[in-house]
Amino acid sequence: MLEIEIDGKQVQVNDGSTVIEAAAVAGSYIPHFCYHKKLSIAASCRMCLVQVEKAPKPLPACATPVTNGMKVWTHSELAVKAQKGVMEFLLINHPLDCPICDQGGECQLQDLAVGYGSTASRYQEEKRVVFNKNLGALVSTDMTRCINCTRCVRFTTEIAGEMELGQAFRGEHAEIMPFIEKTVDSELSGNIIDLCPVGALTSKPFRFAARTWELSRRKSVSPHDSLGANLIVQTKHDVVKRVLPFENEDVNECWLSDKDRFSYEALSSEQRLGAPMIRQGGQWKQVDWQAALEFVATGLRGVERDHGAASIGALASPHATVEELYLLQKLMRGLGSENIDFRLREVDFRADGKRAGAPWLGMPIAGVKDLTRLLVVGSFLRKDAPLLAQRVRQAAKKGLHVSAIGPNAEEWLLPVRNRALVAPSAMVATLGQVVVALAKEKGAEVSVALLGKLPETVSDEALAIAQSLASGRKVAVWLGNLAVQHARASELQMLAQEIARLTDGSFGFIGEAANSVGGYLAGAVPGAGGLNAAAMIEQPRAAYVTLNLEPDLDLANPAAAMAALDGAQLVVALTSFDSPSLRQVADVMLPIAPFTETSGTFVNCEGRAQSFTAVAKPFADVRPGWKVLRVLGNLLALEGFAHADSEAVRAEALAGDLASRLDNGVEGIVVSSATGPAGVLERVADVPIHFADPIARRAPSLQKTRDAAAPTARIAPATLAALGLAAGDRVRVAQGTASVELVAQADDGLAAGCVRVAAAHPSTAALGAMSGDLSVERA
Amino acid sequence: MLSQESLQEIDREIAKYPPDQTQSAVMAALRIAQVEKGWLPKELIEFVARYLGMPPIAAFEVASFYNMYDLAPVGRHKITVCTNLPCALSGGVHAADYIKEKLGIDFNETTPDGKFTLKEGECMGACGDAPVLLVNNHHMCSWMTTEKIDQMLAELDKK
Repeated sequence: MLEIEIDGKQVQVNDGSTVIEAAAVAGSYIPHFCYHKKLSIAASCRMCLVQVEKAPKPLPACATPVTNGMKVWTHSELAVKAQKGVMEFLLINHPLDCPICDQGGECQLQDLAVGYGSTASRYQEEKRVVFNKNLGALVSTDMTRCINCTRCVRFTTEIAGEMELGQAFRGEHAEIMPFIEKTVDSELSGNIIDLCPVGALTSKPFRFAARTWELSRRKSVSPHDSLGANLIVQTKHDVVKRVLPFENEDVNECWLSDKDRFSYEALSSEQRLGAPMIRQGGQWKQVDWQAALEFVATGLRGVERDHGAASIGALASPHATVEELYLLQKLMRGLGSENIDFRLREVDFRADGKRAGAPWLGMPIAGVKDLTRLLVVGSFLRKDAPLLAQRVRQAAKKGLHVSAIGPNAEEWLLPVRNRALVAPSAMVATLGQVVVALAKEKGAEVSVALLGKLPETVSDEALAIAQSLASGRKVAVWLGNLAVQHARASELQMLAQEIARLTDGSFGFIGEAANSVGGYLAGAVPGAGGLNAAAMIEQPRAAYVTLNLEPDLDLANPAAAMAALDGAQLVVALTSFDSPSLRQVADVMLPIAPFTETSGTFVNCEGRAQSFTAVAKPFADVRPGWKVLRVLGNLLALEGFAHADSEAVRAEALAGDLASRLDNGVEGIVVSSATGPAGVLERVADVPIHFADPIARRAPSLQKTRDAAAPTARIAPATLAALGLAAGDRVRVAQGTASVELVAQADDGLAAGCVRVAAAHPSTAALGAMSGDLSVERA
Repeated sequence: MLSQESLQEIDREIAKYPPDQTQSAVMAALRIAQVEKGWLPKELIEFVARYLGMPPIAAFEVASFYNMYDLAPVGRHKITVCTNLPCALSGGVHAADYIKEKLGIDFNETTPDGKFTLKEGECMGACGDAPVLLVNNHHMCSWMTTEKIDQMLAELDKK
């Protein structure tokens, strides 16, 4: 610890602290632009000059390390004179266009100019002009306003992992730009808007939409990925105008992914469903709530009477809140049906009934920085969990060794030391090889349950991964979406559990959606005798209740799902959007509120239950989903639907100690070392980042980004050549009887014998399951 | 994009640095690329960056920072005149003005016949020799009076 006196106040700070950090501890504010606690030190703006005892001139507080007994004055005459001088220089080339600048009212330069600027400029010469750059659909530029603090450059390099911006030219001509004719395509790009201390980088979708002082701001939680980023949602006249991060060091730090930040545009989409709709004689008619709910209650009772309660099934989105999921399962069970599931894209349910608790990440999110070894199995880590990937990226700089197993090796912008690039059908065997090699490295015996079930030969890749894991002090194994959606997911879980046991580490699931953990805690999974999501489609039900999903995009096998729902007698869809596929298969559409218009709770991947309240009045005649389900429960005369508010639902759903209900343990799954037959093409399906849920799909700006480009048929170059195809060819991809036409693309980050065809996209929705065999031929 | 000889030269530069810090060779690599191609089009900068395993924008930062790298085509003879303070005090600006008048071009322009390009340079570390100018990045000329400029231009014109 070091002693330092700042403005006459004694404080103690850690070794290696800088003066600006010490000042924060002492409660002294030092004006600054380029300094940011999460970025490297540039000391380029010079605004933080302070007076230091025995120093001959003012020193930049952000780049001056504290020495023991140092005396600093942040607001002495000398310091303020230096700060004012810097401000005068910064304002020389800065345009006086605050009235038309989106940053006005929340601009660091504007704020500090009040304290340190003079009333008039002494500068009479011409100001410089910098041409604007096209950074893509999300970030708008006014580069003349730039003060060259380089925060955006450091963000793309250090946090986002790829230097997409740089400071070109020099001196007076220096300007921030992407490489010629490139845009900023990172999935974290929106953060440079927050970082920019002036109005040079502003939000394109928010441009000229409102002034910061007109907006009311409320806390919320992101409904998208499993991280549960904390949000500040800003509204004007009950319309969401902007979403900003709410700083939470344990969850999202001060960042947001672009999906979290810009998906709000969908909330004012023309496809929002504003009133209940009933299909009568093939025509959709708008009705009032009373009529719609009575229609649903009568319909469900009718199906129950005619076909039995077990002929009713409920499919819920993992993006639904705990309250909605809890009441939906209570409703189903009240009716006497155990058919409820929220794991829409999963296909292997052998672990049901054999789990020790709700599957989760197996460790706190903030614990990533302490890991020394991480094995990621079957994950599109960077796009599926952008901010979790960011944490891994930072940890990798401090010595975390990352290994990966799976058919995909797209760029994660972090060093993957060991990788086994294998087809989906070989993933179980490869993970089994890692277990064998690891047991040998550790000199330990494998569990009895796995004896004789593991492969005998170990590949070099699996050996390297095992050696890496064996040498770690703190080890974690993460199962990604591809592993969860794998046809043999529970075997992967068994093997991951074994690796965690052998390394004394943890294992868990990255999680597909905002409430992948919450769904289990809310009980939205089938009980004894109930049907899971896949079985409800394979054995069509007479009636379905769907919650916040689009059947052609959100299920593991969209074609089969559409067929099952189409054939049902009654389909009740609770949905925020009027989706074409629901119009095709549903009989009733009940408009329920998205996350901004209802209170609710998401449980993120580390098991953190985060509740939020409505930030805006519901659109048109929309009602919160939990209220709709409660009223439906009352109409059906079911017990226990008397909740006064969503807190009461939450209290009932998440009663007791949550942490004790989280457990990844699984027993009694038979693991086999079999691999798939040789010579077939296997499908690898990712869910593209901006198509993962109904909200993101309808956000126009996100849909203009490169991440939202139409899917191609990605094939390893060798496989492509073996098929007699070339990149750019139009090909017909067939799966079973269904086929779609796509453009072939060579992808050297894909295992041989695999074809990567994205799911959850209209252009591929006609295909069947997310995994399995397919054929490719020239169209 | 570059000849085998240039790539070999770049490899030699890369070998001077630790294997995980190949981007240290960026200045040398850009120089070698420019010597072969005459100037640095963006595709070439990108090629060099990829060859060194660094982000293209980082290579562009370097190429745009130093004024001996040419981001646009130049004439056969590039004349760079120093106009920094010591040179300016000893006639550097006059020397530049004289060349401008004589060739009929301004800074960053090329004569219509493609022979001469005029550039404004930064201190070349020979303030005692002011005014100084640099021909084609390699040949340094000192005490450039109007007579010496005439003589130099006449010689270059013949090449």
